[in-house]
Amino acid sequence: MSIKRKIISKIMMTSTLLCALVTLIPLISIFLYVISKGITNINLDFFMNLPKPVGEPGGGMSNAIVGSLILVGLSSIWAIPVSILGGVYLAEYGNNKLGTIIRFLADVLSGIPSIVVGIFAYVVFVLPMKTFSTISGAFALGIIMIPSVMRITEEMVRMVPNTLREASWALGISQFRTTVSIVLKTAKAGIITGVMLSIARIAGETAPLLFTAFGNRFWNQGLNTPIASLPLQIFVYAMSPFEDWHKQAWSGALVLIMLVFLTSYLSRRTMKSRYKI
Amino acid sequence: MEQNTGKIIVKNLNAYFGDNHVLKNINITFPEKKVTAVIGPSGCGKSTLIRCINRMHEVVLNARVEGEIFLDGENIYPKYIKDVEPIEIRRKVGMVFQRPNPFPTLSIYDNVAAGLKLNGVRNKTLLDEIVVNSLKDAGLWKEVEHKLNHSGVSLSGGQQQRLCIARALAVKPEVVLFDEPCSALDPISTAKIEELMFKLKEKHTIIIVTHNIPQAGRVSDYTAFLYLGDLIEFDKTEKLLTMPTNKMTEKYLTGKFG
Repeated sequence: MSIKRKIISKIMMTSTLLCALVTLIPLISIFLYVISKGITNINLDFFMNLPKPVGEPGGGMSNAIVGSLILVGLSSIWAIPVSILGGVYLAEYGNNKLGTIIRFLADVLSGIPSIVVGIFAYVVFVLPMKTFSTISGAFALGIIMIPSVMRITEEMVRMVPNTLREASWALGISQFRTTVSIVLKTAKAGIITGVMLSIARIAGETAPLLFTAFGNRFWNQGLNTPIASLPLQIFVYAMSPFEDWHKQAWSGALVLIMLVFLTSYLSRRTMKSRYKI
Repeated sequence: MEQNTGKIIVKNLNAYFGDNHVLKNINITFPEKKVTAVIGPSGCGKSTLIRCINRMHEVVLNARVEGEIFLDGENIYPKYIKDVEPIEIRRKVGMVFQRPNPFPTLSIYDNVAAGLKLNGVRNKTLLDEIVVNSLKDAGLWKEVEHKLNHSGVSLSGGQQQRLCIARALAVKPEVVLFDEPCSALDPISTAKIEELMFKLKEKHTIIIVTHNIPQAGRVSDYTAFLYLGDLIEFDKTEKLLTMPTNKMTEKYLTGKFG
């Protein structure tokens, strides 16, 4: 009896381990494939130079790299505060009809295809301004961020035990300071992970940028002009018939993955707080 | 009148959770710089009574209070309830909870300093001084003096509870409420906290809710017995525990119910 139980235990243990390893296969194979295809073309020129015409050597994607950083930065600046404050509302005051409605609409919003969000940004910004622009791209990407960051903030804030809020109130600490310095601080690790996931997601979005940021082949000229971004550049290069551009597209993909990887890593590093108010 | 010498005077206090009437017309005077124990079976309203004293009852959804509580002669439930800020009351009336609840993201030092820092105190030397004194008063200083920057939750349960006591003391409250502070602790930690009560009552008025009748006997000068939301008896501890005047108290003390 006991031997049978031990054998079953071993089989189950092994199969859970195997399944866990299977989930890693896609990630690792994408990683290896992109590295093998992209690494050869990565050099200083790729990071320093603007794109060059087909056939001319030494072209790079500097404008797209900077463009992606600008787009992700601008969308984060407006979308993250909105989402976090919204999430705090839902968790702390949202046990009412309004909260239920907001929660439902946020879930609907997160299910809307990103290209539709792009069309919306096109109607709101591009048509009235009569130009593709950085700001319309940041608007579209921000909208994509909002529902996921808001819901993860809500979940994380809800997970903070009520005894901590009571401990804080009992010290005569105001509601505002309790929320900011105790509740949000306790929920911080989870919220940052959620923010990072959604930054990683928008960094790779192409569809909503097609008719908002649009892309260009030179440095960005301001908020109301088109801007290059890595996914757009990869899209354009990968669709082209030129071998040179295909190589560049692979390198662009590699850089994009590395950027996402780096932001997650750095945010985790800085997150390890030193128990300070 | 003897009643007026009380630190806290509770008059005709009724407390509710929604339709549930949990405290019924309570009248009681808590004497200054003494330890008063509140005993009674589960659900009799002990915790609710002390949570009324620092305006913490009302933070629960649908909870409300009727009646008056005077702290140093000032009514903390005035007719225009907005005249009194709960925050001000809570700085005068500290609280220690049933389970140790240090802030997990803060260091031992910042746990103690939280009540001051988050209320705007920035003076480093003042903070240092108060943190050290509060930890000493809570009998924790010797154990943590070399690891003030460690996480508050790295301590043992009993140490965490004393950390919470230090945290409450740091705001310099006049009254400290203890809501079954030892129910989650082992006997040694319990003994340490009971010892602490004797020191604390030199400076503070103390009210302790407890399930443990011997504990009430050990630490308190006065005892109140609550049953189903009514105050049944209130007297000097030695009198109430040995010669209760009320039949109900006697039954409870001899273990006939509760």
